Amino acid sequence: MKLRPDSEFPADLKLRADFPLLVNNPDLHYLDSAATSQKPRVVLDALRDFYETANANPHRGAYALSVRATECYHQARVRIAEFLGVVDSDCLIFTRGTTEGLNLVASAWGMANVASGDEIVVTAMDHHANFVPWQVLAMRRGAKFRVCELTPDGKIDLDFLAGLLNERTKIVAFSHVSNALGTINPIAEIARLVREKTGAILVCDGAQSAPHFPVSFDSLGVDFYAFSGHKMLGPMGIGGLIGKREMLEAMSPYQTGGDMIEFVHDDRTTWNVLPHKFEAGTPNAANAVGLAAAVEYLDNIGMDRVRSHERALMSAAQKRLEAIDGLRIYGPPASERSGVLSFTLGDVHPHDLATILDGEGVCIRAGHHCAQPLMRRLDVPATARASFYVYNDESDIEALVAGILKAREIFGYAPV
Amino acid sequence: MAQPRSAAEIGALYQELILDHYRRPRNKGTLEKADASAEVKNPLCGDEIGLQVAFDGDCVCDLKFSGRGCAISQASASMMTQLVKGKKTEEIDAIWKQFRDLMIGAESDADEAQLGPLRALSGVARFPARVKCALLAWNALESALALRSV
Ligand SMILES: Cc1ncc(COP(=O)(O)O)c(C=O)c1O
Repeated sequence: MKLRPDSEFPADLKLRADFPLLVNNPDLHYLDSAATSQKPRVVLDALRDFYETANANPHRGAYALSVRATECYHQARVRIAEFLGVVDSDCLIFTRGTTEGLNLVASAWGMANVASGDEIVVTAMDHHANFVPWQVLAMRRGAKFRVCELTPDGKIDLDFLAGLLNERTKIVAFSHVSNALGTINPIAEIARLVREKTGAILVCDGAQSAPHFPVSFDSLGVDFYAFSGHKMLGPMGIGGLIGKREMLEAMSPYQTGGDMIEFVHDDRTTWNVLPHKFEAGTPNAANAVGLAAAVEYLDNIGMDRVRSHERALMSAAQKRLEAIDGLRIYGPPASERSGVLSFTLGDVHPHDLATILDGEGVCIRAGHHCAQPLMRRLDVPATARASFYVYNDESDIEALVAGILKAREIFGYAPV
Repeated sequence: MAQPRSAAEIGALYQELILDHYRRPRNKGTLEKADASAEVKNPLCGDEIGLQVAFDGDCVCDLKFSGRGCAISQASASMMTQLVKGKKTEEIDAIWKQFRDLMIGAESDADEAQLGPLRALSGVARFPARVKCALLAWNALESALALRSV
């Protein structure tokens, strides 16, 4: 990815006014976008507009309104596919989010293709959503579940990974960006290694990459990519799984029911074509339309600009936090991270820190970030995490720093 | 939206006594001989507390806790062990009930003095997200006492 220097972008895109929740809470400093993002007005309007002008069950009615609902849903898919660099938009399956997308692959591809004695590889930084489904699959199929270790600064240890790979490896699952540390993983290098040494499929958890920098599935070099709409300014309950057509076509359905069938005989059923084969039941059409509005909004900012803005905020925040005595930041250098800052402060437990920051109007996450295997390796029970997005600016960093200093004071540390 | 917390509320939450118990926990460690033990976790945050209890007839004659977590959960565990050590199980039940009432902000006509150091945790009631932390050790004690009574 080519980037213009950070200095070309102000650390404030001046977008706060687009986000009703932030407008309604002018003193709120929302630094938990890695958990979920706030929603711009255009997304809320798109949801309302769908229900006010196009609501009917897609694919089912022989009347104009249902046709309109079907068309809105279809156009949303095309728009989101375009945003993520997918030319063949039928290869984008709508799901509830990343978790469902990954479970879909584990179940529909995994149960059919993984046999006893095969191996599945994940990494120690993966979110539970990209860890547990593979662990369970391995147990069900009698396969070996192998965890790739990390370097001390929280990156995938590529040498270790190379050592894990062999001809029995059937699946390699990894996250594009770590939600707990912000590490941006070298996806091309990982793909090259895996292709060289195995015939395994590559599954990429894109929950933390799709929202934050340009992603083009067709050039990622992976077989599956899952993402969540709610982390990229869209509504909760919608996301997607992108897969290669030949793989999706070869797979059996994940769930069965309405919409996903071609013909139901008394004794057997044939499946509908992509993407419907994997979308049983009434789809979440309104939220798909909302997510399409979100990617439109992101495209209008420009994903390069989103990334540069976050980099500018990150380097500013990193500088300020590093200067605080007793504060420890986890993960690789700021330049190799997305907009995530994971840290601890002396013997102040992250929960207590989060409560004190809440008192200053600053929302951060404290805990294991659904990454307990990672926390064990960092040898901390929890960290505090501040994460940035398009609506954040330097005043959020000021408030964060002030809150941390307050916590130091309450816990009796000497003033800095 | 929920009201932002006032400095006074935060101050009431992190009183000196609580920080003292957090940093110098009483009765932390393991018993050589325990009659009952229990382990509880808060899956949301990963806090965990293990508790070992020794009985003498009807009385909790000794107990120790282990584990790690936030200042509230650790201080609560430390204060609880200090308070219930040497007490009869029915006295402990009464304290437990009273402490629970304090945490959920319920009226209670019982004598507050009976809560001893635990009164310092009264500020937690204003922070619903943290009440679980304060109750964690008590959940462990409840399990250990239940084991004992079967
Ligand atoms: C890296 C990563 N993977 C997976 C998930 C799960 O996403 P969701 O809860 O939207 O399914 C998240 C978010 O919590 C995440 O950050």
